[in-house]
Amino acid sequence: MISTDNTGSDSAAISAENLGAGYGGNSVWRNASFDIGRGEFVAIIGPNGAGKTTLFRLLLGLLQPLSGRLEILREVPRRGNPKIGYVPQSHAIDSDTNIAAIELVRLGFSGSKWGFGLFHQEDRDAAAEALRAVGALDLADRSLGQLSGGELQRIFLAEALVSNPDILLLDEPLSNLDIRRENDLIQLVNKIVRTRKVTALLIAHHINPLLPYLDRVVYMANGKVATGKPTDVLTGPNLSELYGVRIEVLHDSRGNLAIVGIEDTQDEHET
Amino acid sequence: MQNAYEGGTLVAIVAGIVGYFVILRRSSFAAHSLSHIGFAGAAGAAVLGVNPVYGLLLFSTVGGTSMAVLSPRAAHRDVSIGLVLAFLLGTGALFLTLYVGSDAELAYSILFGEILAISNNWSQPLSCGGLCGVQLTAIASVILLAAVAIVYRPLLFASLDEEVAEAKGLPTAQLGIVFMLLIAVATSIAVQVVGVLLIFSLMVTPAAIAQQLAKTPIRALIISVAVALIATWLGLFIAFFTLYPVSFYITTIVFVLYIVVRFTKPAMNKRGVRRVVP
Repeated sequence: MISTDNTGSDSAAISAENLGAGYGGNSVWRNASFDIGRGEFVAIIGPNGAGKTTLFRLLLGLLQPLSGRLEILREVPRRGNPKIGYVPQSHAIDSDTNIAAIELVRLGFSGSKWGFGLFHQEDRDAAAEALRAVGALDLADRSLGQLSGGELQRIFLAEALVSNPDILLLDEPLSNLDIRRENDLIQLVNKIVRTRKVTALLIAHHINPLLPYLDRVVYMANGKVATGKPTDVLTGPNLSELYGVRIEVLHDSRGNLAIVGIEDTQDEHET
Repeated sequence: MQNAYEGGTLVAIVAGIVGYFVILRRSSFAAHSLSHIGFAGAAGAAVLGVNPVYGLLLFSTVGGTSMAVLSPRAAHRDVSIGLVLAFLLGTGALFLTLYVGSDAELAYSILFGEILAISNNWSQPLSCGGLCGVQLTAIASVILLAAVAIVYRPLLFASLDEEVAEAKGLPTAQLGIVFMLLIAVATSIAVQVVGVLLIFSLMVTPAAIAQQLAKTPIRALIISVAVALIATWLGLFIAFFTLYPVSFYITTIVFVLYIVVRFTKPAMNKRGVRRVVP
């Protein structure tokens, strides 16, 4: 058992031990221990306020752990780690933003460099390459304010990929997409994970569209964190323990899961 | 008159460039507030008998820094801007009462701009401390343009995508302070041309026109400066032959340009209007 743990953390992209997080001393979750291997596609699922984005803030070095130990690519997390590509949940882009998409992707490459950079064009080539990787080269000269939700997510993904990161952190990239674009984006992330050997952590609300592609799921609720293969974590007894109420996991003929007992609690309150 | 052209040219370049970042960061309210705060500073300087530009610079830089420190995130800055604006304008009311001189022209030129006064020491009875008019404007402009050149890419990045910029290790809070200082210095010198009340005509309208016309920051900056320059030169030229104030011509020229661009642009750009609602 101990030896498998050791080999696990050697090849681990992310490794947490008794990790606890929170703001101003107030704990959001604690006692999280897990390893995420290199090149894995991982979904982070849980209700609002469970601390999914908090985990990202820890990994980005924007927040310090309250307790325990966290390593990312065998280093302590630090701000500005070039091996991490990040797509936050919210962006300041609105329909008035008349800037070509490629300009934003370029900034992902050279935006943290001081100076005017008038004579450096390598960021333009890198940006074009990243746009090609997400299948959005045709959007390069379109204005950000005129892109649809799905097109924008591709641009943000290119912005994160342009510095050639080993780890991608995607905060709810699916939240404003219809089912078809949701599927397109999941397949795109999966392709990037498999072809570039990138580790991707994706925060989502619904597990079903992701299930066919996932290597691992991180489930957060009630101040606790459970991780493992989807089939191992998403079981009735496991989730019942995590949430502290009785939960059933139902399977349909196509392999979809229905988790009964938590996701509707808010609606039940209202009725 | 030559001084007016030199001063006006510097102001147009500076306002055109800083104005683009004002638009990008949606900070028009901050620019507006800092120029008004500058008025309080100018009144204070008049009470002490020093060049109003020093009062403008002091108040707008202190005000801008306070605004940035009170709300580190640009998106939530409105309330702190309002707080600082109200407080510092209040001191302006006090200074106007304390000002015993009878120089009504001073207040008028601060409010509405009087670039022809740049040619002399701004207000003759007041001592200038060695640096006046065009000289002071030139020094402030050079410092400001150097600062923009240094922070150009990080400021652009933080303006477009603050969270990613922060995660990439950029000091976004400090960049916010630097940006407020840029606005403070730019408004302080632009006030000489268009005055406190009409600052938008050089700080916001040219950049708004540029943003309609160009999709890359470099092109937008060039257009923004060009529009500010044309408006300033044309305004000075017409004002020289008429009795009416320069600031009136400048505001009118940029407004007409904006309207023309705004309502001819959709025809050029129809293909891009598609906006899919998910």
